[in-house]
Amino acid sequence: MIKTKLKKLAIAAAVTTASLASTGLAWAEETIKVGVLHSLSGTMAISETTLKDTMLMLIEEQNKKGGVLGKKLEAVVVDPASNWPLFAEKARELISKNKTDVVFGCWTSVSRKSVLPVFEELNSILFYPVQYEGEESSKNVFYTGAAPNQQAVPAVDYLMNDIGVKRWVLAGTDYVYPRTTNKILKAYLITKGVKEKDIMINYTPFGHSDWQSIVSDIKKFGSAGKKTAVVSTINGDANIPFYKELGNQGISAEDIPVIAFSVGEEELSGLDTKPLVGHLAAWNYFMSVESDENEEFIDAWKAFIKNKDRVTNDPMEAHYIGFNMWVKAVEKAGTTDPSAVQKALIGVSVPNLSGGYSAMMPNHHITKPVLIGEIQKDGQFDIVWETSGLVAGDAWSDYLPGSKDMIADWRSPLSCGSYNVKTKKCSGQNY
Amino acid sequence: MSVSALTIPVKKTFSLLLFFFMSFFVLMSAAQQTLASEVSAEDSLADAWNALSKKNYTKKAKAIEVITQQNPSEARPALKAMLEGQLYYAKRGKALYFLKETDNSYVFTPLFDADSALEPIVQENRRGFRKVKVNNRLRSMIRQFLAVLQLTHEDANIRLSAVQELLKNPDADAAGLMENTVEKETDDRVVAAMRTLLAVIQLENGDEAAQQSAINTLADSLNTSAMNALMAYEAPTKALQNKAESAIQKINDKRDLYNKMETIFFGLSLGSVLALSAIGLAITFGVMGVINMAHGELMMIGAYTTYVIQLLMPDNIAMSILVAIPAAFIVSGLVGIAIERGVIRHLYGRPLETLLATFGVSLVLQQTVRSIFSPLNRSVETPEWMSGAWQINEVLALTWNRLYIIFFCLAVFAALIAVMKKTSLGLQVRAVSQNRTMARAMGVRSKWVDALTFGLGSGIAGLAGVALSLLTNVGPNLGQAYIIDSFMVVVFGGVGNLWGTLIAGMSLGVINKLLEPWAGAVLAKILVLIFIILFIQKRPKGLFPQRGRAAED
Repeated sequence: MIKTKLKKLAIAAAVTTASLASTGLAWAEETIKVGVLHSLSGTMAISETTLKDTMLMLIEEQNKKGGVLGKKLEAVVVDPASNWPLFAEKARELISKNKTDVVFGCWTSVSRKSVLPVFEELNSILFYPVQYEGEESSKNVFYTGAAPNQQAVPAVDYLMNDIGVKRWVLAGTDYVYPRTTNKILKAYLITKGVKEKDIMINYTPFGHSDWQSIVSDIKKFGSAGKKTAVVSTINGDANIPFYKELGNQGISAEDIPVIAFSVGEEELSGLDTKPLVGHLAAWNYFMSVESDENEEFIDAWKAFIKNKDRVTNDPMEAHYIGFNMWVKAVEKAGTTDPSAVQKALIGVSVPNLSGGYSAMMPNHHITKPVLIGEIQKDGQFDIVWETSGLVAGDAWSDYLPGSKDMIADWRSPLSCGSYNVKTKKCSGQNY
Repeated sequence: MSVSALTIPVKKTFSLLLFFFMSFFVLMSAAQQTLASEVSAEDSLADAWNALSKKNYTKKAKAIEVITQQNPSEARPALKAMLEGQLYYAKRGKALYFLKETDNSYVFTPLFDADSALEPIVQENRRGFRKVKVNNRLRSMIRQFLAVLQLTHEDANIRLSAVQELLKNPDADAAGLMENTVEKETDDRVVAAMRTLLAVIQLENGDEAAQQSAINTLADSLNTSAMNALMAYEAPTKALQNKAESAIQKINDKRDLYNKMETIFFGLSLGSVLALSAIGLAITFGVMGVINMAHGELMMIGAYTTYVIQLLMPDNIAMSILVAIPAAFIVSGLVGIAIERGVIRHLYGRPLETLLATFGVSLVLQQTVRSIFSPLNRSVETPEWMSGAWQINEVLALTWNRLYIIFFCLAVFAALIAVMKKTSLGLQVRAVSQNRTMARAMGVRSKWVDALTFGLGSGIAGLAGVALSLLTNVGPNLGQAYIIDSFMVVVFGGVGNLWGTLIAGMSLGVINKLLEPWAGAVLAKILVLIFIILFIQKRPKGLFPQRGRAAED
C-alpha cells in the first residue's frame, strides 16, 4: 500500500517538475527573472522564510497586473541555509546561471557582506530589506531597511525627550550590527551631554538564554534614582528569555523600559506577551499602522499565505517598497539592464504602507518615517510616537569620527559610495 | 546724557499715570478672574476628558493631572479602566465608554451616567469604538494616583505594593496621608515600608532631630529610594554627615552580602540547567559510550511535547507542566529507542560513524520539526505558580521558575540514581557497560538493555526539554544551543560517572556566574572553556574518573 502510494507520489513529483521545467523553457524568452535569496533552513529560517513568501506574493500580484514591460515575472528561489559563504555561492548561481535581473535577499549583515563582492563583480542589483548598522554604500545594493539614523537615533531621542531617560543600558548580541550601532549611540549620547558613567554597555553571545545576572545588573544600574532605559540590539532568539527574566525579576516597562530594534510582530507572534507589555520597539512600519495601503497589504498577505493569524512586519514592508521601486525603475528605464536600472532607481518614489511616499536617495538608501510602538497583550504594537516627516537614510553616520565627513552619491559625476567632503576624494572603500 | 536728563520728569509723570492705570486694571482683572476661573476650570476639565481620546501623549498626561486634581471621584474608575485597556471612546462624538467583555458580546457603558442621551451599547464587535491608549508614562502616573487610594485596601499585599509605588517617587503629600495611616497599620512589612517613606521625606524636609531619626530608620532599610535619599542628602552638620556616611556604608555591606548570595543562586540555577541537560548524555555517552549528537534534538522534542500538551489543555496551564513531564519522558524516550534501533545499533564500536550518523539524525529531526511546527518559535506559557520571584528582602529575590528547576534537577537525578542502583534494569545496565561479553554470558539480553538505556537517556533529555521550554524559546534550534555545553559537563565530570555530571554542572554554572560580572557573558564562556581544556590536560578522565579494570581500556 504505502509503497504504491510512494510510487504515485514520486511519479506525480516527476511530472510536475518536468512540466515546470518545460514551462520554464517555453517562457525562457519572455520572463523577467527575479532572484529570492533568503534562508529557508537553519537558524535564520525563522525570519527569512516570511520574506521569501512576501516576494512570491508581490511577484504574483505584479503578474496579475500584467507583469513588467509586457513580460511576466518569474521568481527563482534558492536556499542559502543560514550559511554565510553559501550565500555568496547561491548569489553567483542566481546571477550567472539563472540569469536573474535583480535579487531580493539577505537578512544578517554578515550574509550581505558575503554576497557584496559577487554583486559588484557581476554588476547586478540586490535589494536588502533589513535594518542594519550603516557605514556602507555599494553601487549594486539598495538598502530599503533602516540605517541607524532612521531607527536607533530617533528612538534614543524619544526616550530622552519624551520619557526623560538619564541613564542608558546599551545591550546587544555580540556581532557587527549591535557593536556599530552602540558605538554610534554612545557617541550620540555623549554629544547630548550624557556622562560615561551613565552608560552601561553589555554584549552577550548569540542565542543567550541565561539572563539572570545581566538583568540583575541592569536592575542595580537602574536603581540609582535616575530614569533608566535599555536600548536593546539583542538579536531575535535571545529576546524572549531576556524579557521573561525581566518579568520574573519584577522589572516592569514603567520602571525600566526596553526599546528593541530587532523585535517585531513576527518575533512576538504566538508568544506569551504578558511580561512584555509596555516595552518598546522602533521601526519604520507596524502592522497596526492605520492606512488604506496597509489594510490592503494585510488582506492580500493573509489571503496569499492562507492563514488569517499571520502578521506583517517591517522587513516585509521594506520588500514591498523595494519591489515597487524596482518595477517603477524598470518601466522608467524601459529595460531590465542592471546599469540602466541602477541609474533609474535613484529618485524613484513609491507609496509606503504608512500612508506616505518613500523615495530612493542617491546614496541608495530610502526615506522613511520612524515609529515607536509599545507592545500590547495581543502581540501588536500601539504607536506612541512618530517623526513629523520622513527621515532620509544616512549611509555614513554623522557621529563616528571616521565617517563623519563621508557621503555617498551614486549620481554622475560623483558616482562614489564613500566620498570624503573634506579631502574631496573618493576612497573607493564602500564597505 | 542730556537726553536722558530731559526725559526723567516726563517719565515720572508717565509712571504715575501708569500706576493708576495698573492698579485699576489689577482690580478689574481680579474681579474678572474670580468669574473666569470657575468657567475655565469647568472648560479645562471637559477639555481634559476630551484630550484622553487624542493621540498626543504629552497632552494626555496634562489632562490626567487636571482630572485627578479636579475630579478625583470620577477619575478613579475611569483611570483604572484606562490602565486595564477597558476605556474606549466612540469614533463619532468622542464620548467615553467603559467596555465590558462577555463571552460573545461587547457592552459599552457611558462613562458619565448623568448624560442620559447615552445608553449602554451592546455589540458583537468593537466596531465604532477605539481604545483610549496609554503609554508607560501615563501608566505610572495613573498607578501613583491609584496607589494613594489603595493604602487602605484590606489586602496587606496590595497595601504594600501601594506604598512601594509611592516610594518610587516620594512626595510630601503622600507622606501627609501616611502619617495618619501608619498608626492604624497592622502588617509589619507595610509599617516598615511606610516608615521608610516617611523617613525619606523627613530627611529632606525635617529639622535636625527629625533628620537624625530618619537616618537611623533608613540605615536599616534596603530600599533603593532610601539609599538614593541618603546619597543625595546634604547634612547641615558634620555629625549628621558622618552618621549618614556610616549608614550608607552599613547598607552597602548588607547589599554586598546579598549580592553574593544572589550570584551563587544564579550559578546554581545555571548549573542545574547544565546538569539537567547533561544527565541524559551522561547515560548515553558516559555509560554506553555513544557519541549522540542528536541529544539536543531529543531535548527539543521534550520542549515541543510540553508545547503540544499546553495546546491540548489550554484551560489548565497550571497542570499542563506536570502532565508534560511524563509525556516528554515517554515521547523523547521512544524517539531515542527508534534512533538506537534504526541507526546506532549498526554502528557500535565505530565512534566516528556514530558521530556523523547521529549528527545527520539531528538535522533530520530539526527539519521535521520545522515542517510540522513551522520555523517560528513557539511559546510555552509559564504557569502562575512558577512566575514571579520569592522576595526575601528588598535586594534579594529568587525567581520561582529557577528555584523549581533546581529542585526538578535534583529530583530527576535522585530518581535516576535510584533506577541505576535499585532496579534490575539498573543492574543490567551497569553490568553491560562494565563488561558486555560477561554480562551476555550471564544471560543479560544486551541488545534489549542497550535500547532501554538509550531510551532512558533520551527520556531524561526530554525532561530537560520541559525545563528549558520554560526558560527559553521553543524552536527547532533549541537543542543546538545546549549540545556543546552538555558534552562539556559530561567530559569535565568524568565520563561514566553520574555524580560527576551533577557536580560538574553545578560548579561550571557557579564559575560562569562568578566570572560574568567582571568578564562579560562572552568572555566568561570562553574562560570556562579554556579552564576545562586545561583541566582535561591535567586530568584526562575528568573530575571523578571511573576506577576498576573496566576503565582501563
